[in-house]
Amino acid sequence: MCTTCGCGLSQIRINNKPMRIQRQSHQSLTYRPLRPSPAQNHEPIKDPASNPLKAKNPGRRDHQTSETRMIKIERDILAENNRYATQNRHYFSAHRIFALNLLSSPGSGKTTLLVQTIQMLRNLYPIAVIEGDQQTDHDATRIRATGAPAVQINTGKGCHLDAAMIDRALQQMHIENNSVLFIENVGNLVCPASFDLGEAHKVIILSVTEGEDKPLKYPDMFQAADLLLLNKCDLLPHLTFDTGLAIEYAHRINPSLPVIQISATHGSGMTAWLEWIEACRRATAGALRQ
Amino acid sequence: MHELSLAENILQLIEDAAQQQHFTQVEAVWLEIGQLACVEHESLRFFFNSVKKDTIAQEAKLEIITITGQGICDRCHQTIAVNSYDMACPRCGGYAVTITQGEEMRMNALEVK
Repeated sequence: MCTTCGCGLSQIRINNKPMRIQRQSHQSLTYRPLRPSPAQNHEPIKDPASNPLKAKNPGRRDHQTSETRMIKIERDILAENNRYATQNRHYFSAHRIFALNLLSSPGSGKTTLLVQTIQMLRNLYPIAVIEGDQQTDHDATRIRATGAPAVQINTGKGCHLDAAMIDRALQQMHIENNSVLFIENVGNLVCPASFDLGEAHKVIILSVTEGEDKPLKYPDMFQAADLLLLNKCDLLPHLTFDTGLAIEYAHRINPSLPVIQISATHGSGMTAWLEWIEACRRATAGALRQ
Repeated sequence: MHELSLAENILQLIEDAAQQQHFTQVEAVWLEIGQLACVEHESLRFFFNSVKKDTIAQEAKLEIITITGQGICDRCHQTIAVNSYDMACPRCGGYAVTITQGEEMRMNALEVK
């Protein structure tokens, strides 16, 4: 139904089984990923003068009639997603799981990077993977071939993973304590930026076969990220990609964003990436102990 | 692009409020959307109009209040207006800015019957 990216009223599947929807109050709405939130204390506004909207927008409430009343809500639109994200984060800390949310456009080499990373890390920590794609379980199959457990979330026509999907995926997996959990988000440089999944860090992967101005074109994602992996650097001799310019643009959006140049297929830069994982894993564990 | 999810979340908040406050019809929904929040207003209106059909919000109008972006420059410590993340501080040219306002996505209030 979405004319831009195809987001639509569709069914979410986890390991090819439909994700259970908690409540469907209207049959016409088949896409209801969130369940009702716990009771909130909504204050009825009796005195119009106490309504913050009145002060901010004098004259804009002309259509309010004597039959209607104003109710103050004051809630984040993503409150429900954020509640699930907090729940996921508590689960991760209770089991000392270090979770990374991997974000990129399609075709940046995320799955190849993951396969290589798992092969290099698997003797150090237990690894688990949640794969997000609109359709197919090809990526989860590639991950499982490494021996790491993987759950595939198919978002149908949805363009991002949300925290409730991760909650359901976690219920279907057994993740060992002290694991590193990689969540490979749907390939998309826009929508996943807004949805906290409960991860410790967001990692953005940009490949040198894309334009160096991607950080300027998709600033929200680069703003939200904690690490930029510049992938496919083995191809640089064949391309006109200006690495310095790409990093400069990324730093305009997010000046403190660390950048690691890698080639997942050739292995260059992979050690720096694994060191970053280890340093952040220790820092997250240290923060928990305090 | 994720505005469909946001519209679904808005409807969920309305339905939660309806259970608490016992109203049967929503006339208007007041949102505060920051200038820097990743939200296309027209797209959000389009999806809200799609998801509200056959619900208590089917007659509801979306009233969107835009919150302007604001931040403090990490270098010269001045408060500046920020209309995009790639903006340099107009005083010193630094790109490191701590955002203090403009990333909101909130439902403020409902006008109900």
